[in-house]
Amino acid sequence: MALPYGFALRREWRLRRRRASESLLPLAFFLAAATAFPIAIGPDPTALRQVGPGVIWACALLTCVATVGHAFSVDAGDGVLEQCLISAVPLTAWVACKAVVHWLWTGLPLVLVAPLLGLMFDLSAASVALLAATLLLGTPVLSLLGLLGAALTVGLRAASSLVVLLVLPLALPVLVFGCLAVSALDAGLPATPHLSLLGALLLLAIVALPPTIAAALRTSLG
Amino acid sequence: MNAAQAAVSHDMPRLRLTGLVCERGGRPLFDPLSLDVAAGTLCWIRGVNGAGKTTLLRTLAGLLMAGVGRIAWHDGDDRATRHLRAPALHYIGHLNALNGDLSVREALAFLARLHGVAADPASLRAALHQLGLAGLERRLVRTLSQGQRRRTALARLVLTLGAPMWLLDEPYDALDSEASGVLDALLVQHAQRGGSAVFASHVTPGVAVDQICMLEPPSPSVESGATPRWSPAA
Repeated sequence: MALPYGFALRREWRLRRRRASESLLPLAFFLAAATAFPIAIGPDPTALRQVGPGVIWACALLTCVATVGHAFSVDAGDGVLEQCLISAVPLTAWVACKAVVHWLWTGLPLVLVAPLLGLMFDLSAASVALLAATLLLGTPVLSLLGLLGAALTVGLRAASSLVVLLVLPLALPVLVFGCLAVSALDAGLPATPHLSLLGALLLLAIVALPPTIAAALRTSLG
Repeated sequence: MNAAQAAVSHDMPRLRLTGLVCERGGRPLFDPLSLDVAAGTLCWIRGVNGAGKTTLLRTLAGLLMAGVGRIAWHDGDDRATRHLRAPALHYIGHLNALNGDLSVREALAFLARLHGVAADPASLRAALHQLGLAGLERRLVRTLSQGQRRRTALARLVLTLGAPMWLLDEPYDALDSEASGVLDALLVQHAQRGGSAVFASHVTPGVAVDQICMLEPPSPSVESGATPRWSPAA
């Protein structure tokens, strides 16, 4: 076994794959939400080009936080979560496995279809590439923040709406830097400072959030 | 001095509870409980519904904090520890911890690995076979009956025979007489290999247990000593 907790990764992947259509619902949500804007704004290329990156980013943000509410509820309901709390595997490692697979099924698809939506908003090739790059850096942070919200609301009935309220304010910096990078490019300014800040946020999230999510799960179940 | 300490620790029971009180909603569930469970013995926790059997087991498993009192463990190597953990301790609760979208074998393999137990295909097959699940290895858990799910969860016991401690919450639930017999045999085998087990059950187990621990509701003096935060009549 190459990965120390490969069995946990494989389990998460298997569960996602066996419910593939359910697992890809966030992607459908993202596409539907982003498509509504050109329809509402009308076929003016200049207006579309102006709002495009912001709309795509806001839709990605909403998708990540609105569809994550029940990420732990199945494991909590069938007793797997309590077994994880007292298992030989550190809870943080299990959370990290869960987060990786969660991002692969919800964050990564958004990055892959964003160029397609870019066409819909008449964005230039350079803008589309930069937009995808910012999403690649930003969506893992959104996934982790979403899981933190899900962990804090395990067992609550209004989990989904609470998660949105809890996580949206925390996710705003990601949205700001993601959009600023693309608008900097459009204004002929370098986008690298914003990309660096997004990268810094990503590193911070990778280091700090898995243990925080594990602690939140312990609190929610204790 | 060291030799004397070792001798003392050798006489120490695997689990010693001293004046343990578990609480739910700030109220004590039973009178202070003192109990020794030696290596290789079986302890049956009894009590009426709501007596605190599940809470006691969850506290021992490390899922809940004890209200008052002390829990002292000695692991298989006779080292004292405050918290016994997997793979030395195995807790099987009311919930079977099986995901419906996994096959019987995948679900069991995950639980075994999660608790640091080797799970090669041969031993998994043997464990499932022993619980009468031969031929169901590839079936998805959600297609199983309650009894078959319980059997799958209990198959972990075959993989952990002789582990220092099993904590089982109503292990006989949903089992038919044949499976109950298998569980009885597993408990005997476990004890013979030096493993201890503490289990709660409302049915009389088919094995001779070494001790029975009856959970009694707290005595009135203790109850009146605590000020109730609210009363149902108000």
